[in-house]
Amino acid sequence: MFEAIAFYFFSAILIASAVMVIAAKNPVHSVLFLILSFFNAAGLFVLLGAEFLAMILVVVYVGAVAVLFLFVVMMLDIDFAELKRGALQYLPFGALIGFILVAELVMAGSAWVLKPAAKNALASATPADLTNTAALGRILYTDYVYYFQIAGLVLLVAMIGAIVLTLRSRPGVRRQVIAVQNARTAAMAVELVDIQPGQGA
Amino acid sequence: MAIGLTQYLTVAAILFTIGVLGIFLNRKNIIIILMSVELILLAVNINFVAFSTYLGDLVGQVFALFILTVAAAEAAIGLAILVIYFRNRGTIAVEDVNLMKG
Repeated sequence: MFEAIAFYFFSAILIASAVMVIAAKNPVHSVLFLILSFFNAAGLFVLLGAEFLAMILVVVYVGAVAVLFLFVVMMLDIDFAELKRGALQYLPFGALIGFILVAELVMAGSAWVLKPAAKNALASATPADLTNTAALGRILYTDYVYYFQIAGLVLLVAMIGAIVLTLRSRPGVRRQVIAVQNARTAAMAVELVDIQPGQGA
Repeated sequence: MAIGLTQYLTVAAILFTIGVLGIFLNRKNIIIILMSVELILLAVNINFVAFSTYLGDLVGQVFALFILTVAAAEAAIGLAILVIYFRNRGTIAVEDVNLMKG
């Protein structure tokens, strides 16, 4: 009973905030609704028993990705009202396609029955005596260690790519050169002028 | 009504459709399009985890972890491209992006 209430609570807020992500006028509000929807998806994951993924979802998405979006939205000086104009032009057609899409997906999903024979063909069955995190760690670092390495490689390439893309050398910026500072002597810095009395420099 | 695989698949289907609809409607605003892609990947993740739980197979959660990784990398690269595009052109309207060719 509690599970059903929690499920409907989380999924209702998830879908409502997902609608607000694409409907909000202000992109900052969109990002905040995105954070809310990720939180509620994490709640659904906890209900499903995937606690590790739920916590990762909160840490990675809310802590990193959504804040990255927030930074970019606030950093760029964009006239969002201009971008928003004409967005409702495709609403009837888009709503029609969306309705058809969701109807087809729900029809396909609700007809889904797991065969009993599928239980015999599991790649790595969920162990009963371990917590979710421990069980995931056991297979992630043994059976799927190459996939894990490849995921790390993807993140490395993304990091290098983001740095290379946004790095720029701006001309006319004065930077500190410590070697030049250290090479400076008193003779280069100070000029002694002998001024006659009553004359000025 | 008992909560089963069907309910989770329905939620994921609705979320996926909202993401696709977001790309349809906000065709000019790349930031909203990137957020819609994140919503779509979240729907895919919910599907993976739901199947993983109801099948009793942990590999679905391992794969969901990789989708999370790729989504984070995609967001970082997409936003980096967005920033340099804005720096060069002063706008992020999608309809001007085809000027970038060649």
